[in-house]
Amino acid sequence: MSPPIPPIHKRIFLVAAGDLEGAGSVSTAVRRTLRELGVEPDVVKRAGIVCFEGEMNMVLFSQGGRIILIVREDRVELLFSDRGPGIANIDLARQPGYSTAPDWARELGFGSGLGIPNMEQNSDRFEIHSRVGEGTVIRSTILRGVHDDTGDRGGARA
Amino acid sequence: MKLQALAELVGARFLTGADQGEREVTRAFAADLLSDVLAMVREEGVLLITGTVTPQVVRVAEVMNMGAILFVRGKLPTPATVEYAAGAGVPLLATGKIMYETCGILYQHGVLPAKRKGLPMDHVPPNPAHP
Repeated sequence: MSPPIPPIHKRIFLVAAGDLEGAGSVSTAVRRTLRELGVEPDVVKRAGIVCFEGEMNMVLFSQGGRIILIVREDRVELLFSDRGPGIANIDLARQPGYSTAPDWARELGFGSGLGIPNMEQNSDRFEIHSRVGEGTVIRSTILRGVHDDTGDRGGARA
Repeated sequence: MKLQALAELVGARFLTGADQGEREVTRAFAADLLSDVLAMVREEGVLLITGTVTPQVVRVAEVMNMGAILFVRGKLPTPATVEYAAGAGVPLLATGKIMYETCGILYQHGVLPAKRKGLPMDHVPPNPAHP
């Protein structure tokens, strides 16, 4: 297997737990960075969605964490790592509609159980690892140069 | 339909973006659940009709490249959220009408439903056999 193409851009963002006012700001910064780097609009949109979902999960459910953006010639990678309760059953969390969100998260318009499936749907490769009581790590890879004009993606699971 | 015409039809006022009254929207998606907006809206430039007024509504509209946000039921976002939307170039409108009436009026006047993305759960039968 050939080594990965070296990054042309790498940036680390910190995410604070419970910062509802600022939640979504990393996603906005990621989209701006990708646009400035001339990344394809379809890839920018998918990365924005993946980042926003991951960021909201961190703000709502973890004790904080960080998001690393890595841009390569052939792909965009988003690495999420948080300290927090972790996910007890990842297979269930990957099922659309499954949620452990409390009422207060639902009142904010989140917690309908589509976050992780939507991250996966917008990724070409998707890995998630979690330890209960420690935290969760997610790696999303979006390949560049694979144009999609239908809006219907099979996602990483297809 | 132009935003200005749409605002007149549903008795809405611009909270920001009044200078973009000529912007056209042809399709709309109505939901309070932002998760659904993120997972289901397929096209760009769609009008978001919602009663959720958190700052994340504007972030979602940005991420999804939506055309404008129309708040219903007389709900209003905070001035900070309006200011953020102004900076992001997302027009915000607000009406006292409820979501059902707002959607009915716009549908009647030719605003089409947004196309919905397919989801893995679509393959699950909607009415599982009763035990």
